[in-house]
Formats: sequence, C-alpha cells, structure tokens
Amino acid sequence: MSYVIDRRLNGKNKSTVNRQRFLRRYREHIKKAVEDAVSRRSITDMEHGEQISIPGRDIDEPVLHHGRGGRQTQVHPGNKEFTSGEHISRPQGGAGGRGSGKASNSGEGMDEFVFQITQDEFLDFMFEDLALPNLVKRHLAGIDSFKTVRAGISNEGNPSRINIVRTLRSAHARRIALSGSSRGKLKLALTELDRLKNEEPDNLTDIAATEEEIARLRRRIDKVPFLDTFDLKYNLLSKQPNPTSKAVMFCIMDVSGSMTQATKDIAKRFFILLYLFLKRSYDKIEVVFIRHHTSAKEVDEEEFFYSRETGGTIVSSALKLMQEVMAERYPAHEWNIYGAQASDGDNWNDDSPVCREILLKQIMPFMQYFTYVEITPREHQALWFEYENVGEAFPDSFAQQQIVAAADIYPVFRELFQRRISA
Amino acid sequence: MSARPRQPISSGSEWSFELIKQYDREIARLAERYALDTYPNQIEVITAEQMMDAYASVGMPIGYHHWSYGKHFLATEKGYSRGQMGLAYEIVINSDPCIAYLMEENTMCMQALVIAHACYGHNSFFKGNYLFRSWTDASSIIDYLVFAKQYIMQCEERHGIDAVEELLDSCHALMNYGVDRYKRPYPISAEEERQRQKEREEQLQRQVNDLWRTIPKTGDKHKASDGKRWPAEPQENILYFLEKHAPLLEPWQREVVRIVRKVAQYFYPQRQTQVMNEGWATFWHYTLLNDLYDEGLVTDGFMLEFLQYHTSVVFQPSFDSPYYSGINPYALGFAMYQDIRRICENPTDEDKHWFPDIAGSDWLSTLKFAMQSFKDESFILQYLSPKVIRDFKLFSIIDDDQKDDLLVSAIHDEPGYRHIRELLAAQYNLGNREPNVQIWNVDRRGDRSLTLRHTQHDRKPLADSCDEVMKHLHRLWGFDIHLESVQGEQVVRTRHMPLKPSLESEQPRLDLIVPPI
Repeated sequence: MSYVIDRRLNGKNKSTVNRQRFLRRYREHIKKAVEDAVSRRSITDMEHGEQISIPGRDIDEPVLHHGRGGRQTQVHPGNKEFTSGEHISRPQGGAGGRGSGKASNSGEGMDEFVFQITQDEFLDFMFEDLALPNLVKRHLAGIDSFKTVRAGISNEGNPSRINIVRTLRSAHARRIALSGSSRGKLKLALTELDRLKNEEPDNLTDIAATEEEIARLRRRIDKVPFLDTFDLKYNLLSKQPNPTSKAVMFCIMDVSGSMTQATKDIAKRFFILLYLFLKRSYDKIEVVFIRHHTSAKEVDEEEFFYSRETGGTIVSSALKLMQEVMAERYPAHEWNIYGAQASDGDNWNDDSPVCREILLKQIMPFMQYFTYVEITPREHQALWFEYENVGEAFPDSFAQQQIVAAADIYPVFRELFQRRISA
Repeated sequence: MSARPRQPISSGSEWSFELIKQYDREIARLAERYALDTYPNQIEVITAEQMMDAYASVGMPIGYHHWSYGKHFLATEKGYSRGQMGLAYEIVINSDPCIAYLMEENTMCMQALVIAHACYGHNSFFKGNYLFRSWTDASSIIDYLVFAKQYIMQCEERHGIDAVEELLDSCHALMNYGVDRYKRPYPISAEEERQRQKEREEQLQRQVNDLWRTIPKTGDKHKASDGKRWPAEPQENILYFLEKHAPLLEPWQREVVRIVRKVAQYFYPQRQTQVMNEGWATFWHYTLLNDLYDEGLVTDGFMLEFLQYHTSVVFQPSFDSPYYSGINPYALGFAMYQDIRRICENPTDEDKHWFPDIAGSDWLSTLKFAMQSFKDESFILQYLSPKVIRDFKLFSIIDDDQKDDLLVSAIHDEPGYRHIRELLAAQYNLGNREPNVQIWNVDRRGDRSLTLRHTQHDRKPLADSCDEVMKHLHRLWGFDIHLESVQGEQVVRTRHMPLKPSLESEQPRLDLIVPPI
C-alpha cells in the first residue's frame, strides 16, 4: 500500500535555523571576512553577498578514530600485476590510488570550508560594528521604498480586493450572452402559448408541448450560473517606486601625512553608510571624491582611499574645489547635494575662518545635508570651533561629530535618519 | 512471451502523479510475486531545495537544531549550486510507514527506479533484517524525534542556546560510543518518554548523589571498596555511563545525553549494514525493472536510461583510478546478491565445493535468509564467493610502519580466497574500524578523575583529533580525564585532559637562555 504525497509546496527552508546557528558560531571568521571585503570593495559595491572561507580544522567535529601507523591491512579492488607475497614500495604522498584512498578516509583532504552569505547577511555583519538600531538597518537594507497605487482592473487578485460592480457587470453580460438564444426561443414560445390559449383552447396536445418547451427553456436559462470564476474582477494595485531624483555626494577627505590608514578605513565606513542611505532615497547617485592636503584634487575612489601624501593641510582648498564642481556640474535645482567631510582636525590656523566663510556663503545654502566627522582622540582645534558656527547657522542641514572608533559613526547619522524617516 | 504486444505505461520522460501511482502499482504487483514484506510506503515528492534540507539533517526527517546540520547544508548547497555534485536521487527513512523522497527534477525512469530501490528494496530490508528488527523501532522513531526536538528547544529557552550547543557538541563527539552493542535497547516511545522524563530526572540525580556521597556510611564498607576498580567491568557505552554517573551534570543535561544516545542507537544498524542494505535495494530495482521490461510495460528507451543509471551506481573504480575511494558498497552488495542467485540457479563445481548448502537451492528463500540474518561483516564472511573475488580482482595489502615496504598478502587466487574474505569481512567490522576505547576506572575517593583505556589493535594509534574529543569528555565529566593506550597489558601512551605539564618543559631549555642580540 503506497501513498503519494506532494510536499513541494511545504516550506523549503527547514535548514534556516541550523544555517543561522552555523553563522552565529563562526561569526568571528565571517566578521573578519566581511571587514576585509569592506576595505577591498568600492563603496558603491556593497550590494551583494560574499564568499566566506573558514579553515577546515576550525570547523571539524572531532571523533575518535585511528590515525596512521601500526599494522594496517586493507583490501582493494582492481589488481593488475601483483602476486601474493610480493613486496612493493610504499607510495609517496597522496598521488597514488592507495594513498588517496586513505587520505580521504581519515578526513585530511579538506582544508578550507567555503560558503556564500547573502547580501542581507553581509550588510548585517557590516552594520554590527556601527551599532545601528534596527529601524535604520532596515531602512538601509532597503525594503520599503515603494508605494502602492491603483492600476486599473485585473482578472486575478486577492479576494479582499474584488471589485463588486465590475464583477457583477461582467457576470450580467455573460449571462445575457450565454442565454441569448434560449431567451429568444422562450419569447417566441410564450407568444405561441398565448396565441394557442386564445385561439385554439382545445388543442391540448400543442399547449402541453409548448408548455413543456417553455419549462425546458427556463431550466436551460437557469443553468447559466449567476457568477462564474472568470467574471471576477479585482482592483489592481501596483508598486511604484517613490518619486526619486538625482543626488550627488561629495566625499572630502584630508590625506595629509597625519591621516593613517586606520583613520581612512573609519572614514570609508562613514562614506559607505552615507552612500547606502542615499541609495535608498534616490534613483541616481553620483559620487565625487575630493582629497586634499595643501591643495585639493578630484580623484577616483582607489586613489582617494589608498594613496598617501605628505605635507600640511589647507581645508579651504577642498571646499573651494567642491564649490567649483557644484557650480559647474551640479546645479542645486536639479540635484540633491550631500557632503561628507572626514579629517583628523588638523588645519592651517589662518585657514579655518576661510573655511567657515566658504561654507556659510557658497556651499551650505545649496546643501541638503553636510556632515563633518573628525576622526581623532585628541582635543579639538580651530577648525572644529569654526564649524560650530556653521552648525548654528544651519541647524537642520549641518552636523559635526567626533569619531574615535567605528561605533561612533552612528550618532552622526541618527539626526539625518530621524529627519528622513519622519518626513 | 514475445507474442504479447508491448503496451508501455508511459513513453515520455515527464512524470505525473498519476504515472507515479501506476508505476508503483505495477512494481508492487511484481514485488508481491517475490513476496517482499514491506512497511506501507509514503512517497513524498519534493524539490531540490527540500532535498538539500533532508540531506543536511543526515537522514532524520525531524532533527533538533544544531550548527553542524547548518554546516552540512551550506556544503551541500554550495556543491549543488556550482554543479560540482548531483543530489542523491532518493532518501529513505526507516520508519513505519516508510518515507521515501522523490525529487521533482527526476525523469519518470528515475522515479520508477527510486520507487523500486527505496520503497521495495530498502523498505523490505528495514522490515526484514534482524539488526533493524531488534535494535530500532520503526513505528515510534518519528514521535521520538519530535519529542527530542521539542525537549531540546525547551532547554534552549531555559538555559540558553550556547549551553545546549556546547553540550550537544560534546555528545556528538562521543556519539559512536553511545551504543549498546550486545543488549537490546528498550523500545523507545515518545509518549512514555514524556511521562517518565520527570520521574527519571529525579531518580537519576538521586542515584548520582548517592554515588558521590562523601559522608562514609560505615567504616568497614568504606574499607572494602578501597583498591578496587570502579566500575568493576570496563564500560564501552561511554555516553550511557556519563548519563548515569557524571557527577556534575544537571538533570536536563542527562536527558540531552540520552537523546543523542538514542539517535546514535537508531543509526547503529545502518552503519553495520551498508553493503547488505544498498546491495539488496540495488538487486531489487534491477530485478523489478527488468521484469517490467519483460512484461512490455516500459519502452526500450526507458530501459536504456535505466541501465545507464544502474551501471553508474554499481561502478567500481580500481585502486589506481583517480576516482577510487574505497570499495563501493552498491557494487559489492549487488554483485554478491546476484552471485548468490547464480549459485542457487546455475551452480558450478566450484560453488558446490564452497557452498554445498545453498548450491542448487531455491534462490529466493536463500536470498531472503541472507538478508534477514546477517550484518556486513558476517554476510561477507558467509557468502563472498571466489567468483566475486575474481570479478573484483581483490587483493590485500599489509602496511606495517615497522617495515620499509608494503606486502601483498593475498590476491584473487586459490590460496588467497579465504584470506581475502576474512580480511574484507574484518574491514566491515565496526569493532575494528573504530578504536576500542572503554571506561576503565573512576577515582571515587580521590580527585574524581576518569580513566579510559584504549586497547590497541595491530598497534594502530589514535588520530590527533583525540585530544579534542578528550576536551569534550572533560566538559561532560567535569573532572580530569586520563586516556591510556594499551598493547597487551602494557600501557604505551597516556594522555591527560587538562594537559599535564610534561617533564621536558620543566627543564630549562638552552635556546631560550641565550639572550637575543
């Protein structure tokens, strides 16, 4: 006796929990791999998963088994030239057939366990250091940037969205169409019956026959269903992306000798976060990288993060360049302009008031948001205090924050996100 | 025979539920002819993703949560998505009714093959073989696994995922040493487990407390126990011993140890009957589908496709092939069953000399007797014929680390047959394959340390993973662990956990005294 059951519709993710357990157990390895990936990848390239590899011995499940050595006897198939009692030399390494057989038996073959994590998991691990609250994480990972709009009527849909008027209208039309010929005949039969009753009341056979005909036609008309599945009409909803537009993001970073690679890595995370956030809000984003020491230069990403310069620092040079680029390529009525500046706080002392002036007069009026992060454990210098004035003038669109470790990046963002989410 | 017109059940390679049912009916009818005794079948059609899930839970339809299953899953998923590995065509579960999974992607021919293989081959093996009959209880396993899963989930809620995970890690490391080899286990029943669990927790704890009582009861009794080993006999079921006697385990931890032990016990017969089980299932899919063909129920194309699958299943690469990874249990088992049938139907003089009792007897009853009454080791010892040894060109190699070269001790010739047969049988003896480690002594009055004894077989040492296993053992026992490797009566090596500082490191090392320049 056999039963055949279709289980294909049952959930296929029975292993999800176990998979999560595995990721949880090896989170240190995965985190490290993700960190490496973050510093390796471009900041516009955070949108896919990552291949993780863990050394095989770290994830072994140990059991007691025999090691090599002692007196081992083994039966093998496929003898070609051996005779019994023959001595043969021991094969070296795992190249020979016998060697490889044993190697795989004792589980020494596998040295790296490699697997793939999804984009969500990748972002999760990346956000972890940044101490982001969940709401923001979800916003960044980007699920809810759609709005549903009515998009006419469709033949398929969810029962709760049935359009009753349309449904009944099409049922009515169908009933008329399907019963049309019967109705016509019925009409004829009824007139015939009237005529018979009036003119030939004795012709009982014909009257009976006509009455039967009428009953048959009525039954036939009744058989046409009141409502059929293909009458059903549904209100169609479709998802439309939120009205989006273009944004440009300026990344400004000090690359003078005092900025170490570690500082730059923190800055990079900050820029990534800003990029991901903008990505959710805007269709098209351009990123402009401006680095500066005593003079500023627009560069590509690779050079931005990884080339080293020495010398002093004049921040205003970068701001001037930014202003020029804005004026030339990104008019404020077409573009949403965001700026993010990272520095260790050093600046030429006479230059700081100049920076304030440029920001106040030429840049801030056109900005959606400008953030300044100072990555240093030391005390603030002139630039910070000048920027405080800017913050007072533009409390809605200017933020500055001191960052010592990666986890401090978030507070800078909080304000921005709150504004965005409540808007 | 050939006069009957051929009326195949289907001709395309697409399957449908109706066709599966029809094939199943026909195969069932043929199986009836051979009087194969089976549990009812539950055939479940699943997708490749679901097959990966089933795969990852190592053949348990319902498993408790553990990272190691996630690891299995990730490995399978990766192998499959890159096309490095095909999935198994079927998975069958020893339960009543017997659950067999068919994959959606299979062709009709493959589905028929799997039905014959799993639903009639494996199924009748599960029901007939003595090991399965006496050691597992097919009707209650699903219920028990549900109970186990829920119990472990409750433990996670109460004690945290980490605590449970660590405990399971330790138990899994000793899983192969959680099996009763000689005593028939009490049949498990989920209902009873649930009822008795509470009671058992208390009782167990009382037993343990009693054992570790530090207040002496009476002077003379105390004296009598001195100098004697305890337990008096070495214990081979390490998990059982820990469950009953480990001093520091909480009641719920003992229950978890018990669950792992029961699962190990359930798989124990499967590990001992690989060749027999797969061989039996292969023999029957081969026989049944050939019968279908003889009756004209399948097309020539179907048969060619089937033979292609079949030959790749029973392919045995020779020892020097890059694909060689030991003897293929499907190939060996299939060859042996086919050979037994041949000995019964067309015995040669050699067969009459080697197998006087079965040569010329009724093949079906002989085959069934063989299936029912043996495990791999004894099956090979009993039935491996010179013809199969010749067909496989078997030879044996002795690799002695005290010698410079390898010795070919026997090949497939007249003087070698018996030797090869004995060696191959021994190769399938779980007792030889796994190191013989038993609980030897507990220092009850002293530091409560636990001593295990590894009796070496042919001087084979323990692999290095042994140190890791001892850490797990230490976690379960809670006090020092010693492991002695013994040759004859002589202790050749002792390991300790936690590690004891060795003598060498106590002496100052010269290279460290020289100051760096």
